[in-house]
Amino acid sequence: MRFPDLARSLIAAALLHCLGGPLAALELEDQKFYPGTGEVVLKVISTGDLEVFEPFILAFQAENPTIGIDYSVTSSAELHRALTQGAVFDVAISSAMDLQFQLANDGAAQAYTSPVTQALPVWAQWRNQVFAFTAEPAVAVISRETFAGIERPTTRQDLIALLRQNPEIFQDAIGTYDVRSSGLGYLFATQEARNSDTYWRLSELMGLRGAALYCCSAQMIDDVAAGRLSLAYNVLGSYAAERIARDDRLEILDLQDYATVMLRTALIPATATETASAGLFIDRLLQEGMRDESRVWALPPLGAAETPEARAYGPIRLGPALLVYLDRLNRNAFLSAWSDAMLQDAADNP
Amino acid sequence: MSTINSLPFWWRSIGQRLTILLAGVAAVLAILSWWTVTTFAREAAEQTQDNVLVASATTIAEALRSEQGTILLELPYSAFAMLDAIGQDRVFYRVSAEGVTLTGYDDLAEPVNPVGRPGAATVRTMNYRDDMVRAVTVQRTVLAGQQPVPVLVTVAQTRTGVEAIGSELSQTAAGLSVALFVLAVGLGAVAASNALKPLNSFAQAVSRRGPADLRPLRRQVPAELSPLLIALNRLMERLGQSIRRSEEFIAEAAHRVRTPLATVRVQAELALHTVEKEEEKQMLRRIIRAVDESSRSASQLLDHATVSFRADALAQDHVDLAELAARVSDGLAPTADMKDIAIILNCRGPADVRGDAILLESALRNVLDNSVKYSPAETDINVTLDRMDDKFWRLTVRDHGRGFSAPSLPDLTARFQRGTNVDQVVGSGLGLTIAKEVLDAHGGRIELTIPEDGAGACVSLILPAA
Repeated sequence: MRFPDLARSLIAAALLHCLGGPLAALELEDQKFYPGTGEVVLKVISTGDLEVFEPFILAFQAENPTIGIDYSVTSSAELHRALTQGAVFDVAISSAMDLQFQLANDGAAQAYTSPVTQALPVWAQWRNQVFAFTAEPAVAVISRETFAGIERPTTRQDLIALLRQNPEIFQDAIGTYDVRSSGLGYLFATQEARNSDTYWRLSELMGLRGAALYCCSAQMIDDVAAGRLSLAYNVLGSYAAERIARDDRLEILDLQDYATVMLRTALIPATATETASAGLFIDRLLQEGMRDESRVWALPPLGAAETPEARAYGPIRLGPALLVYLDRLNRNAFLSAWSDAMLQDAADNP
Repeated sequence: MSTINSLPFWWRSIGQRLTILLAGVAAVLAILSWWTVTTFAREAAEQTQDNVLVASATTIAEALRSEQGTILLELPYSAFAMLDAIGQDRVFYRVSAEGVTLTGYDDLAEPVNPVGRPGAATVRTMNYRDDMVRAVTVQRTVLAGQQPVPVLVTVAQTRTGVEAIGSELSQTAAGLSVALFVLAVGLGAVAASNALKPLNSFAQAVSRRGPADLRPLRRQVPAELSPLLIALNRLMERLGQSIRRSEEFIAEAAHRVRTPLATVRVQAELALHTVEKEEEKQMLRRIIRAVDESSRSASQLLDHATVSFRADALAQDHVDLAELAARVSDGLAPTADMKDIAIILNCRGPADVRGDAILLESALRNVLDNSVKYSPAETDINVTLDRMDDKFWRLTVRDHGRGFSAPSLPDLTARFQRGTNVDQVVGSGLGLTIAKEVLDAHGGRIELTIPEDGAGACVSLILPAA
């Protein structure tokens, strides 16, 4: 094969992967408008579920009654695509810190400084454009019913052994992110793969057991609670903790070997029109995140990243290294390795 | 030529000039050092960024490989992780083969003629996405199948971190430079005042001198001041010579005038005895009186010249003031008798002082002579000697004449200065001047007072006791 042909085919493949639907309309999962007494409407685009963020929005509006808020929920990939294409929003909140970083790096965010942003730890902001306000680990959630009488594994090695020895419990009963469609799942997977090679062995085993692939943490937790899954791996810890507080069928597996800690970040897009109100919103988010215990949401505080077990590997560094796994060649390579491991059943392979 | 007063006040003294000039030099040096440090710091920060960028691009280039004719690349994590070493900067990259982008930012410009040597890098500064970026391009040739394909790896980074480091170091350097400047100004002021110390002490030595002290200055002075010292000494020597010449001239003149006057007086006395007519006798008496006054003035001029002359090298004889007073009053007794004036001595010796006996006698004689001259007939003149305190003797001459006119007291000792109430009395105005100069030369002083009862004058000669 001559080189130019090769390059062209490479590019074509990459384009197909990255731009699922070029210039497609924004796909929203949820949307709600909170009218204010004034004329200002703050357009917020977020990956955070309404039920998690609504108390915060109401608290913000109690302090700033004039500001109306238009809150749209979408996936991290959609959010990134929309802002790259110039959609107008005033605040963007995402759990996919790599995509948020890329937005800022490519010039799609604007800088904002206030006494609150200056109080942030250095690692929790980048160029005064990307601000972290929570530090959330990826956890494994199990069903208490299935795990009755089974000793809880404390490391991934133990977990691998457990999956290997008990095919009857785990066959078709493991859930994890579909990293092809979930930005957060991809971030968790790549960072974990970088940290430890047990990730690949675990993935192969999960593929062998016919793991079900999900777009979102909430659905995985639902299925564990309903008994359809025995184990959900790499679930957002904050969602899991919030559910477990009111559902005793669930349990978080305490894996002590390492933890992948993601920073939920907010930024003001370059297209923002209500920058002053957006600044207030960011300040309020950061104040809530810097509190040890929030009264308005169940998200873990930023300080969670400074606990000893979180410090061992994370939090994931907010820096140019985040671009590495976003690179289309790397993404292709990673996804192909992941598919090889996870999709061993040919029928599941698209 | 500008006078010193037309200059700005801060330029009038040499010390201030020196301080200002030194401060100027210090300021120039401080700015220069700040500029140098800032430039070097900026260059060092830029060099560091360049090195990191080259390392990053090289790491990526090394990861290029080819498999079955396909060029493969897995971006190494470290290549990007190292890029946040300097600061929070935006990062752009592009990997391309023969103009076709394999991965990265398609619109990131590549150098037209990249350096092809292995290990060499092309470094540029350019504008990309509204930001100045530093871009490094390295080239690596990869074998794709049978064909060698040159692959360009470009890594670019904004310069926020470099500028932050540069301005931080620049501020530190500015602080140091200001501190250095302040220190240099302080040291400069000390140095300037130290350098001027010999000049100041020289000026003080000159100003400390008495008005008649024309001896040459003998001091160790710095080389720069020695021409001034020599010139000053020469000037004083010439001035001294000139003064001495005129005193000698006056003495000579007075002496020459006195001798013929004596002859004229003798002749006039003889003529007085030979003439019969009362008118002629009156005329001759007037001549004799005029000759006496002239002779007295000439004597005073001679006395004055003697004082000036002898005061330069004052003798240190033992002089008893009581004895001196007695001798002088004896000498003036004939003149006093003519007016029926009694000179009453109240002097108990010994009252030793050190000095020139001739000058002291001349001083007292002039004072007493004045008293006799200005006293009306049939009055007393009291000469009293007492110990003023443990250091000084006081010799007081008190008459009952017309006294001093009060407003002119301090002026009376000036040369040729006479009181306002002298009327027809003939006089030169030199008497008190002579007395004052003698007493000044002996470290004493003369005091003119008006007695408490208001009549007459009181002159005190105060001399240090031996």
